[in-house]
Amino acid sequence: MLKRVHFGPSVLPFLLVGPQILITLIFFIWPASQALYQSVLIEDAFGLSSEFVWFDNFIELFEDVGYWESVGRTFFFSSLVAALSMSAALILAAMADRIIKVVLAYQTLLIWPYAVAPVVAGALWMFLFDPTLGIVAYTLDMFGYDWNHKLNGNEAMTLVVFAASWKMVSYNFLFFVAGMQSIPKSLIEAAAIDGAGPLRRFTSIIFPLLSPTTFFLLVMNVVYAFFDTFGIVHAVTKGGPARATEILVYKVYNDGFIGLDLGGSAAQSVILMMIVIALTVVQFRYVEKKVAY
Amino acid sequence: MAEIHLNKVCKSYGDVDVLFGIDWTIFDGEFVVIVGPSGCGKSTLLRTIAGLEKITQGEISIGNRVVNDLEPAERDIAMVFQNYALYPHMSVYDNMAYGLKIRGLEKDEIERRVNHAADTLEIRDYLDRSPRQLSGGQRQRVAMGRAIVREPSVFLFDEPLSNLDAKLRVQMRLEIKNLQQRLGITSVYVTHDQVEAMTLGHRLMVLNGGYVEQLGTPIELYEKPATEFVAGFIGSPSMNLLKAKISGDGTKAEFSDHNSLYLASALPSQANRQVTIGLRPEHLMVNKTSQANMSIKVNAVEHLGADTLAHGEFEGCDEIVTLRLHGIVMINQGDILPLEIDPDKVHIFDTETGKRLE
Ligand SMILES: Nc1ncnc2c1ncn2[C@@H]1O[C@H](COP(=O)(O)OP(=O)(O)O)[C@@H](O)[C@H]1O
Ligand SMILES: [Mg+2]
Repeated sequence: MLKRVHFGPSVLPFLLVGPQILITLIFFIWPASQALYQSVLIEDAFGLSSEFVWFDNFIELFEDVGYWESVGRTFFFSSLVAALSMSAALILAAMADRIIKVVLAYQTLLIWPYAVAPVVAGALWMFLFDPTLGIVAYTLDMFGYDWNHKLNGNEAMTLVVFAASWKMVSYNFLFFVAGMQSIPKSLIEAAAIDGAGPLRRFTSIIFPLLSPTTFFLLVMNVVYAFFDTFGIVHAVTKGGPARATEILVYKVYNDGFIGLDLGGSAAQSVILMMIVIALTVVQFRYVEKKVAY
Repeated sequence: MAEIHLNKVCKSYGDVDVLFGIDWTIFDGEFVVIVGPSGCGKSTLLRTIAGLEKITQGEISIGNRVVNDLEPAERDIAMVFQNYALYPHMSVYDNMAYGLKIRGLEKDEIERRVNHAADTLEIRDYLDRSPRQLSGGQRQRVAMGRAIVREPSVFLFDEPLSNLDAKLRVQMRLEIKNLQQRLGITSVYVTHDQVEAMTLGHRLMVLNGGYVEQLGTPIELYEKPATEFVAGFIGSPSMNLLKAKISGDGTKAEFSDHNSLYLASALPSQANRQVTIGLRPEHLMVNKTSQANMSIKVNAVEHLGADTLAHGEFEGCDEIVTLRLHGIVMINQGDILPLEIDPDKVHIFDTETGKRLE
């Protein structure tokens, strides 16, 4: 049997782990338990009394057409964000991989969006596209296109998709570049000798070998689009016009803080929590299995 | 049909010069080996032939076609990499078929070629497997198979056996040699292993620091190394290289006061100059009866079974000499062994330039 090394009882480990545990408790465990608790209560209009109603809030939610519309919208939004930000990042990464020397300057520039807070990113895009002030809206106007995401739901959706994708491109880019650089150079050379041109090498060698990275990023992007885009939506459209951009996280806020339906809003957060747990489980399962080859 | 001409090939990476004006003609169907210590530019030279590196000066032609500006795919070559470079996400079959598919061959033809190569290399049973499921030797065969199916006019090998264990290396070495003989395809083989260098090729190039030290057949290089470097590099255990001075009349090499060696032919032009004397371990003989005027004091003995290696100090100077004696010879540490040396087997090099003197 192996002999374990024992250190005497010490407070040091507790001190080291303490802050993290505290943060988790205050910012995650406590709000989560509150949400769980709230989701089975119904509160009167003045917030004076509440009643225990089992799963009534959930049942009500599932019977609400508006909720299902938001679910559909969220899936639509996340697929677009994941597809757009990942494909943009993949193209940029493929270019960086070919011209590795300029990569440092190029990488630094590309990382910036990730460092920007969602609300700021949202505000930036809102200003660019503002129907009266925005430079992009102005340019579109010169080409005869009357851009107004404050009235047109599709345009509003387009704008939040772009703003949300833009912020994620950096993150995806870094992972794709790292993934590409870990592919042995001799594989690419062997393919070149076998007669494959750059495009063919990319589609038949590089992309398949990136599949673990791609899968990881897919989950991360979906998680991001589901949960981290609140700030963007809030800054750009506030879920409007006419709920056209009201994705699930935004609906939680709208129903809870604007509509003051705390029970319904809490039930929605519980569902979102379960989705994120499910995605995390999928993620770990596949990371262990290493995907594809 | 492919001769390879290298005409004053130079290669630099920025300020770093790696190859200095390499000239060589490799004949059609020839098997040549590029050998040299690690970092001397062997891989770089091979990669310039493959087209994976652009040369900075000079000209390379393959089969009378200047290929300087051609992509690797257009040079009609196949290469076997040190780490095999098999596509990990494809089956063995697809690995071999990849290049053929890209070249747009018919499905039947691809299948015929892959199966034929698989039979030749005895990997028919593994065609459905992924490279991950193969041993090092099997991967090596797949890498060879991928090269063969293309039926190129030139094969390039970059240390293909260096990741295999010793026994497998010997076996694969023979197989590569047989295969090349059978197919008759011009082949260039890079290695740092001097046994591979001696046994595989018709001719070899010894490269050192980006310069060609010597070109020739293995036997030429063994019998008449052109430089001190080649002398030390070719042969195992390596040649004993001893500092000496040519006597005033040019007939002897003097090691110290009481050790000297008569030369096969006098070198009056080198009188009183410093030289390096090369003596192969297998050419030093122990002769207790002769009036040998040289001897060594043994300080280590290694029994290899077929041979016995004795390492000892040359009496009168502190240079270490290795002897290779045939069979099992009982020698003890501390023994004094009188030596007999055949003057014809003595190599002399100019200490300054490293060049052979005759
Ligand atoms: N891409 C490169 N950039 C700069 N120097 C390189 C590059 N590739 C090789 N070299 C240098 O060229 C020299 C020869 O390398 P290489 O041909 O790989 O040697 P060998 O195969 O004989 O061991 C080495 O000194 C190496 O550092
Ligand atoms: Mg090398």
